[in-house]
Amino acid sequence: MKEEIIIAGFGGQGVLSMGKILAYAGLMDDLEVTWMPAYGPEQRGGTANVTVILSDRSISSPIVDMYDTAVILNQQSLDKFESKVKPGGTLIYDPYGIRHKPTRTDIRVIEVPATEATIEMGNAKTYNMLLLGALLQARPLVPDDAVIRGLKKTLPERHHHLIPLNEQAIAKGKSLVKQ
Amino acid sequence: MKGNEAIAHAAIRYGVDGYFGYPITPQSEVLETLEAEMPWETTGMVVLQAESEVAAINMVYGGASTGKAVMTSSSSPGVSLKQEGISYIAASELPALIVNVMRGGPGLGTIQPSQADYFQATKGGGHGDYHLIVLSPATVQEMADFVGLGLDLAFKYRTPAMILADGVVGQMMEKVVLPPFRPRRTDEEIALQCPWALTGKHGRDHHNVITSLEMDSVKMEHNNIRFQQTYKTIEENEVRYEEKFTEDADYLIVAFGSVARICLKAIEEAREKGIKIGLLRPITLWPFPFKEIARLSHRVKGILTVELNAGQMIEDVRLADEGHVPVYHFGRMGGMIPNPSEVIDALQSHFPEITIK
Amino acid sequence: MKPQDIIKPENKVIARPRLLLDAHTHYCPGCSHGVVHKLIAEVIDELGIEDNTIGVAPVGCAVFAYNYIDIDWVEAAHGRAPAVATAISRLNPGNVVFTYQGDGDLAAIGTAETIHAANRGENIVIVFINNAIYGMTGGQMAPTTLIGQKTATTPYGRRVDLNGYPIKISDILAGLDGTCYVTRQAVHTPAAVRKTKAALKKAFQNAMAKKGTSVVEVVSTCNSGWKLSPADSNKWMVEHMTEKYPLGDLKNV
Repeated sequence: MKEEIIIAGFGGQGVLSMGKILAYAGLMDDLEVTWMPAYGPEQRGGTANVTVILSDRSISSPIVDMYDTAVILNQQSLDKFESKVKPGGTLIYDPYGIRHKPTRTDIRVIEVPATEATIEMGNAKTYNMLLLGALLQARPLVPDDAVIRGLKKTLPERHHHLIPLNEQAIAKGKSLVKQ
Repeated sequence: MKGNEAIAHAAIRYGVDGYFGYPITPQSEVLETLEAEMPWETTGMVVLQAESEVAAINMVYGGASTGKAVMTSSSSPGVSLKQEGISYIAASELPALIVNVMRGGPGLGTIQPSQADYFQATKGGGHGDYHLIVLSPATVQEMADFVGLGLDLAFKYRTPAMILADGVVGQMMEKVVLPPFRPRRTDEEIALQCPWALTGKHGRDHHNVITSLEMDSVKMEHNNIRFQQTYKTIEENEVRYEEKFTEDADYLIVAFGSVARICLKAIEEAREKGIKIGLLRPITLWPFPFKEIARLSHRVKGILTVELNAGQMIEDVRLADEGHVPVYHFGRMGGMIPNPSEVIDALQSHFPEITIK
Repeated sequence: MKPQDIIKPENKVIARPRLLLDAHTHYCPGCSHGVVHKLIAEVIDELGIEDNTIGVAPVGCAVFAYNYIDIDWVEAAHGRAPAVATAISRLNPGNVVFTYQGDGDLAAIGTAETIHAANRGENIVIVFINNAIYGMTGGQMAPTTLIGQKTATTPYGRRVDLNGYPIKISDILAGLDGTCYVTRQAVHTPAAVRKTKAALKKAFQNAMAKKGTSVVEVVSTCNSGWKLSPADSNKWMVEHMTEKYPLGDLKNV
């Protein structure tokens, strides 16, 4: 098993931390993982993306050309990465602010209205966890308990009371993906 | 954890006595992690944010002069500032560890990854005839491991060592097994292991002086000859490298740091098409694996070096190859990182007889 | 009575301090450095700290200080002595650490290291020789060179419009919370020498008591650089230097 994933959007959307939780979940599940960020100097608002690779064998390059799965959170990222999904791969995107929808037919395209669902949930900080839920529904790469353990590992102790909220967001995200 | 964080944790566990640094992207996590871990409460390690890179390297010089295990870290522009101090440390025959998590230059350049400081690290950097032992990590695991290795070598040869990492290994996260905790050396152990160290004169009938100054040219040349002898011993004993798929290779890629991993993926793809390419990854950039590349150059049809620069290590590869087979360079600059597909394109364009895609 | 009857140990009133090594110094006759070296050697001896004191030598005329005082020394890069001393002191809290720096080393190229070490309140002594000129390199302008003073790089005298003002760095250091003692002394008369020695002793005692950074500025002469005789240099110093750099304690807490 080897899954090469790109998560891309604006800085501040939780792109890097979503990748981090996924990577830690892989680690908890005894997989080899790499997490490779790419972002500008600004802390908020610029584009940000992260490549996460999960594999049961050792990983050579942390940087790849084509991805098994892309999680796309804005138009620029969609323009950049739609063509980089391997044939037969998966593209998950949030339609909020998207003017030109994905057009490829040789991949599985999943629209996840995560912004809308986040507003419903009433806590903007759950946005990336909702998407993580959607990703794991579409691609069950790691078991749920590994995700929660990964979350515990990445969240500072003082924020551990937020774990149930994050669990809800993951569940909500999962429900947004139609089988 | 991130490569930069691994360096900080490894330093505490190795029993480093002091870290002196100044924030600069993309390596600030080293200092940040150390400050968060508060090792002065546990191992007694000193951690200090200096007023500049210049001050930081001179703190390293001061600490090293007392026989302590000391280190600093920075990124390219900051490492340029440290060069005078590094020259002093080398000339004073002091052990120390310098970490450079390279970013794109020249000038202020970019915060994105680069390997454009190869010349600076391996060909001197500061003034005078000296070398650093230069270790090039390709994984987060090696970021952690090379802290101890670098300091061990630095103390063994009384010469500064450098971890020359690119921003990719600094910023990326992967699995790492940290070295076990070991206590910092006691003052008694230091006095025993480092009789040259400044400890105050107690227990000695003479004062110790650490200096790089010698106005008598005859003596200064003797000092230089001694340094060169040390470098020769290091060249004989400390060359480190990794070979992958070289046994049957028709072509060879030479790459260091994270780029070697990108090349390895390209090689894996090429091998699926039956094209036999091998990889030699120098782990020590100085001393450089000249002999090993020379040996392989007699068995392959051509060599490609892949670097995040305009072609720096290729000069050493060509020296090793001695014109035996063609040696080409493929590089990206200014923070751009090639993907495996670009490496394949470069192979195909330099060696038209091979078709991978 | 013959001279041999007088030259006896019990009649000796002055001697080379025990810690001053029996070496010919490279200092010019009449230079203040020799006097300050002697005082430091005496103070270290009298405080009984020769076995745990580490000195940091500068770049400048005092670059060879390590050849003259019998303690452990490290030779720093130009201006970096306070950074070097910071690490030595932090890593070896049992040692007494001091820097010995000239005006170019401390107040030009090493201003940042000086100010920040003092601002952190490092437990070190900074001995600052201010002779308003670069002696080692052949008499060029120092940051402390007086207005109108002729040097190799201000051959017609220091001009404010070209070279700015002489810097009173000790006054700046006295304003920092990290310093516990900042004083400006001189060694042109026996009385002044005695005061400087007392100041140095206090500074070393502060370092031993971990009270923070102590700075002892010694307004000095450079008869070679000033192109005056030693006696005239002392006179010029009193007439000109002490006006800009008045002697006395700037801070003592």
